[in-house]
Amino acid sequence: MEYFQQLLGPAWPVVWTLVKIVALVLPILGTVAYITLAERKVIGYIQVRIGPNRVGPRGLLQPIADAVKILFKEIIIPEESNKFLFLLAPVLAIAPALVAWAVVPFSPELVLANVNAGLLFILAITSMGVYGVIVSGWASNSKYAFLGAIRSAAQIVSYEIAMGFALVGVLMVAGSLNLGEIVKGQHGGGFWNWYFIPLFPLFLVYMISAVAETNRAPFDVAEGESEIVAGFHVEYSGMTFSVFYLAEYANMILVSALCSLMFLGGWLPPVNIAPFTWIPGIFWLLGKIAFLLFVFLWIRATFPRYRYDQIMRLGWKVFIPVTLVWIVVVGAWMQTPLWLW
Amino acid sequence: MIETLVFYFFAAVLVLSSLAVITVRNPVHAALFLVLAFFTAAGLWLLLEAEFLAIVLVLVYVGAVMVLFLFVVMMLEINLLKIREGIWAWLPFGALLASIMVVEMWIVLGSERFGLAGMIAPEAHPAGYSNTGEIGTLLYTQYVYPFEIAAVVLLVSIVAAIALTLRRRKGTKSQDAAWQVAVKRSERVRLVDIRPAKRAER
Amino acid sequence: MKWIKDFFKTYLLLELVQGMALTGRYLFARKITVQFPEEKTPQSNRFRGLHALRRYPNGEERCIACKLCEAVCPALAITIDSEQREDGTRRTTRYDIDLSKCIFCGFCEESCPVDSIVETRIFEYHAEKRSELLYTKPMLLAIGDKNEEQIAADRAQDARYR
Repeated sequence: MEYFQQLLGPAWPVVWTLVKIVALVLPILGTVAYITLAERKVIGYIQVRIGPNRVGPRGLLQPIADAVKILFKEIIIPEESNKFLFLLAPVLAIAPALVAWAVVPFSPELVLANVNAGLLFILAITSMGVYGVIVSGWASNSKYAFLGAIRSAAQIVSYEIAMGFALVGVLMVAGSLNLGEIVKGQHGGGFWNWYFIPLFPLFLVYMISAVAETNRAPFDVAEGESEIVAGFHVEYSGMTFSVFYLAEYANMILVSALCSLMFLGGWLPPVNIAPFTWIPGIFWLLGKIAFLLFVFLWIRATFPRYRYDQIMRLGWKVFIPVTLVWIVVVGAWMQTPLWLW
Repeated sequence: MIETLVFYFFAAVLVLSSLAVITVRNPVHAALFLVLAFFTAAGLWLLLEAEFLAIVLVLVYVGAVMVLFLFVVMMLEINLLKIREGIWAWLPFGALLASIMVVEMWIVLGSERFGLAGMIAPEAHPAGYSNTGEIGTLLYTQYVYPFEIAAVVLLVSIVAAIALTLRRRKGTKSQDAAWQVAVKRSERVRLVDIRPAKRAER
Repeated sequence: MKWIKDFFKTYLLLELVQGMALTGRYLFARKITVQFPEEKTPQSNRFRGLHALRRYPNGEERCIACKLCEAVCPALAITIDSEQREDGTRRTTRYDIDLSKCIFCGFCEESCPVDSIVETRIFEYHAEKRSELLYTKPMLLAIGDKNEEQIAADRAQDARYR
C-alpha cells in the first residue's frame, strides 16, 4: 500500500477513496442481483413452488442469466418523450440509493465517511430518490407512467414524514446523529439494550414506512402492475429498466441496514457472552440485514396491495399521530428513573 | 486551493442554473433547474462548514417542497404564448421592481456590518466540532422563545390550512377503516340452517 | 372492553402477524412443483391434445369426408376438400387443421361417425413459424399411425361411457 502511496503522491487520497467506494458498491450490486433470486425463491416456497432452479445448481446462476439477457435488450426511447430527462431518470433513481451507503458503518471502524450528522445525511439523500420516479413518469409522456409517478411522489413524501419522526425517536434516545454512536448507545448485556424495545411503535412504523418508501408490495401502487401496468417505468426497457430495478432493491438493502443499525443493535451480538462474541460484528450486522430483507419478501408474499386512499390514510392519520405520541412518551419516560436504555 | 476550485465550480453551476430557472421555456425544466440550484447551494454551505443547514436545505427544499412543486407543475398545461402576451406592457414595472431590489441588496451588503470588511472569515473548527449540536443548543437556550413562537405560528397555519379545506358535505358516504377492521364475522353473517327440500317424486 | 381489545389488536398488528404466520408455515410445506420435462402430471385418457387421423387395422383411412367436423368446429379451424376415389368411395383430398385457431374443444372427435379424427395425449408439439401450425392430412395421418396403440387403448377405456 505504501508503494502505491509513493507512486501516486498527492493523488493518493482520491484514488484510495475511489477504491473504497468501489469496494462498497460492488458487493451491494452483487447482493441486489442475488436478492432478486432470493425473492423469487422465497415467494415460490411460500406459494408451495420451488422457484427458479434450472440455471446452475439450484438456480444459483439465474441472476447472471437475467443480467446478460437484459444487457442485450434494446433500449427503446419513446418518440414523444423528453429524451434527456428520460435517460437521466434512472440515474437519479439509483444514485441516492448508492450514495447513502457512504455513512453506513459496518463495524466501529469500517465506515466510508464518519459524518457527524450521518442520519440527517441519509434522510436528505434518500428523500431525493423520488426524483427518479417523478422525472421518469413525466419524461415518458405516457398516462400510465405519469399516474404512477404522481402516486409514488405523494406516497413517498407522506411516508417520509412518518419515517423521519420514527428516526427522531432514535436520535432522542441515542443523543447523536452519528450512526456509529447510535449503535454504541445500544451496547450492553444483549438484545434487551437495543432500541427496538423502548421504541417498539417507532420500530414498527419505521419498518412499514420503509416498505412504503421503497414502493414494495403491499404499497406498490406506483407500479401497480395489475392496474397501471408498471407505473413509472412502463416505457423503459433493457438496461434503463434494470437500473430502476437495481435502485429499488438497493433501497431495500439500505433501509434494512438502517433499521438494523438503529433499532436492532447493528453489529452487536444478541447476547454479550462467549459463543456469540466470537463471531465478528460485521456478520451479525449482515445477518440482521438479511433477516429484515427476508421480512420484506415475506410481507410481499403475504399481503394484498393497499388501495391508494388507504395508503394515504395510513400514512397521515395513523403513522404520524402514533410517532408523535410515542416521541412525547419517550421524552417523558427518559426523564424518569424507569429509563433503562 | 482545491476548496477554491470547488467553490468556483459550485458557484458557476449555481448562477447558471438560477439563470436557467427564469429563462427556460418549459416550466418542468425550470423546476428541475431550481432543484439543481438548491442542491448546489447546499454544496456551497457545506464548504462554509454549515453542514446542518446544507443537509436541511436538501431535505426540506429538494426532498419535499420541490417534489410538490413539480407535482403541480407537471399536471398544469401552461399556455406560454398567453403568459408572454403582456410582457412589454409590464416590462417597465418589472424593471422598476428589480432595480429597487438591486439597490436594497447593495445597501445591505455594502453596509459596514455585512461588507467584506465587516465579515471576517471564521476560523476553522476542530475535527470533532458538531454544527448540529451547536445549533440545537443555541435554539433551545438563547433563542428558545423566538423558536417556540415560530413553531406555534407554523402550527397555527397548519391547523388553519386544514380547517379551511375541512368541510362536511351532506349525503356523502365514506369508509371508517377502523370500524371495518373491527367488524367480526358473527356481526355480518347469519348462518341459517336450511333443510333440503324433499326430493320431487319422479 | 371491546374497544380496548380492538385497540390492542390493531396496534399490535395481530391480524398481520396471523397472516404472516400462515405464509410462514407454507414456506416449509412440501412443494408440489412438477419438474416438467423429467416429471409429468398424470393424464386422463380423455385428454384433448394434438389431433390425429386414424386408419382401420387393414390400413384404410377411416375418414369418409362427411365434413361433420368441419361443420361443428366452433373456431373454423378445419378445412376439408373431398373427391371420389377410383374404387368409388368418397375420400378427402385435403384435411387441414389450423392449430393456431383450434381451441381443443373436442367437438370434431365427438361428431365423427367413424372415429377418424381424434385428439391424442400429445401436447408438447411446437412450431417456429406460424405456417408450421397448419397440420395437413399426411401429417395428421402420420400422427395417427405413430400413436395408434395409445389412441385405441384410450378409446377402449372410454367406450363404456359412450
